[in-house]
Amino acid sequence: MTRNPQLNRNGELTHLLTLEGLPAAVITHILDTAEPFVSIAEREVKKVPLLRGKAMFNLFFENSTRTRTTFEIAAKRLSADVINLNIGVSSTAKGETLLDTVDNLCAMNADLFVVRHAQSGAPHLIASHLTATGRAHVHVVNAGDGRHAHPTQGLLDLYTIRHYKKDFRELSVAIVGDVLHSRVARSLIHGLTTMQVPRVRVIAPRTLLPTAVEALGVEVMNDMREGLRGCDVIVMLRLQNERMKGALLPSAGEYFKHYGLTAEKLALAKPDAIVMHPGPMNRGVEIDSPVADGSRSVILPQVTFGIAVRMAVLSIVASS
Amino acid sequence: MKLEIRNGRLIDPARALDRVASLFIDDNAIAGSGEAPRGWRTERVLDASGCVVCPGFVDLSARLREPGLEHKATLDSELAAAAAGGVTSLACPPDTDPPLDEPGLVQMLKHRARLIGLAHVYPVGALTVGLKGTTLTEMGQLAEAGCVAFSQADVPFHDTLMLLRALQYAGTFGHRVWLRPQDHYLAHGGVAHDGEVATRLGLPAIPVAAETIALSRIFGLVRATGVGVHLSRLSSAEGVAMVRAAKAEGLPITCDVDAHHLHLCDVDIGWFDPQAHLVPPLRSTRDRDALQRGVADGTIDAICSDHAPVDDDGKQMPFGEAEPGASALELLLPLTLKWAAAAGVALGDALACITTRPAAILGLAAPSLADGMAADLCVFDPVSHWTVQRDALRSQGKNTPFLGLEVVGRVRATLLGGRVVHEA
Repeated sequence: MTRNPQLNRNGELTHLLTLEGLPAAVITHILDTAEPFVSIAEREVKKVPLLRGKAMFNLFFENSTRTRTTFEIAAKRLSADVINLNIGVSSTAKGETLLDTVDNLCAMNADLFVVRHAQSGAPHLIASHLTATGRAHVHVVNAGDGRHAHPTQGLLDLYTIRHYKKDFRELSVAIVGDVLHSRVARSLIHGLTTMQVPRVRVIAPRTLLPTAVEALGVEVMNDMREGLRGCDVIVMLRLQNERMKGALLPSAGEYFKHYGLTAEKLALAKPDAIVMHPGPMNRGVEIDSPVADGSRSVILPQVTFGIAVRMAVLSIVASS
Repeated sequence: MKLEIRNGRLIDPARALDRVASLFIDDNAIAGSGEAPRGWRTERVLDASGCVVCPGFVDLSARLREPGLEHKATLDSELAAAAAGGVTSLACPPDTDPPLDEPGLVQMLKHRARLIGLAHVYPVGALTVGLKGTTLTEMGQLAEAGCVAFSQADVPFHDTLMLLRALQYAGTFGHRVWLRPQDHYLAHGGVAHDGEVATRLGLPAIPVAAETIALSRIFGLVRATGVGVHLSRLSSAEGVAMVRAAKAEGLPITCDVDAHHLHLCDVDIGWFDPQAHLVPPLRSTRDRDALQRGVADGTIDAICSDHAPVDDDGKQMPFGEAEPGASALELLLPLTLKWAAAAGVALGDALACITTRPAAILGLAAPSLADGMAADLCVFDPVSHWTVQRDALRSQGKNTPFLGLEVVGRVRATLLGGRVVHEA
């Protein structure tokens, strides 16, 4: 296997493609860098000039409103020029290949690509293409690829956990739901294990768990009540509509009964346990409204921290 | 033309012969070895000192991409690759565009291959029309046109009754049936072996059960009909064990493995390397080791190249969208030698896996260096190193997971019917 493709020869983060294999020091550096950016949002003038004159392309081959918007806000607060491309309805629909699109945007002097793609590994392909064609000064940030990774989501989750829980090395974290299809879960698992969280559990029916998921360093539980016992952090995953009825699950109702987070199940976790969700939520499917809106929910702070974390990532890769 | 291949190490797996001697070729056939035949006057000498002289290789799976897929490769380019790889006979699967389901297509292919004259081409005809799995092809006419066996290429049967009918019909007329064991439903949408690597990379997966369930189904039907089946490209340890048991039971089964799967496993996908996107998927190290042992102990009858030239446009895509396949005709020998060296298999036994054993599966006369045999030969240097590079490949497809690998075994000359069709 080649050297970690997201670090340059000096060990600096030049792309952010996955949290897998990223040293704990790099993750900590990103989280520390994000801290002051949180307060920028509370100022009268919410801008710093770190990326002034840089062109960032939001390259979304898959629909997204939330992630794209938060990247856009993050870049604008760093004074970058942001160009949004909704490729799902433009060039690839006309037959252009992924790398042709990238080459064309490079010819427009792009400095940064934020990429979302339905295929696992698409951002790696772009990053290795840029290296192979002598454009190592152009950076790639993965905004979600297939089932593989969503590293900025993983980082904002880590930021949120650190904000409320301080020491990673004493925590029990439960990740509940569709791990099989979830890039959020994979990135968070890598982040948590790198930060030496001693107990990471995934809780789901076997139809929603990938083969050999234990190899990622997690404990597998099928019973949610048992799995939540003593947890400090509960991360609920979104269940896609098309997966609620059919071969993976019989119905949304049965799923909620077994794996939906209710006040009663939450009571099994530690009294100060926090509840997280990457959004958008399906109320009444994976999470009950009183829990989502309750005092233990940190779902909205996650969104706020997400912008600061993305500002940190963009400024760090751009300065490598 | 009277050609003398001088002082080579003659290895003839068919006769378990291994000795240093000269080989005499008169026109298109072998005229003698050791002492020159009576009245012999050498017209041309090919110095084979330090080289192995053996029958030309027989490859059970080489895609030539004609008809219809000429942007990926042509008969001219791929038969040149075959000659450069020492391959003198090859079977090509029917998954061309259109598939080889009409006699005219097969005749044209055979005719073009004969004109090019760099290797014998044995088309494998489509078992069903359009490989759709619903209507039997006119196997009789296809066989007359030159098909040596019938298969679905990589398109699995959904319908077990249809598979039974296909076996019964082919069996009636003694046509050979080749099947790649893979369950359609379990494999559908998958691009990588269902294991740690696919889980880590978030790649849709194909479980080993896709192979074992297909094997059980095939064995059940072979038992019921008595019709023999050749299994193409096993990929798993469980698959090897099932074939071993089926052979022990006496079922008329043969099977092959492709050279990639003898050396690579899912870990070689690394960070989504599309070169490692192959069909069947690269499986675990345990599976790879079982395949290596399976060839060594004879459970697996032959090693094929599974040559599938892919153009750069097809490969420069995200892993799951990238076209599977790799160019391999020119690597069949070095990859076989690499396996043999690691497994402690004697050179003659290793060469049998790419000469006599696949020839038997194709129904060809056993290739041999005996007097009177057609002079389809390979002369190779067994210790010469070379590095697999794009420029070094004759195949139009320059993609292979072995790019950059240093291999041992360089083809010095290939003879087809006594003609030197490649020399390096």
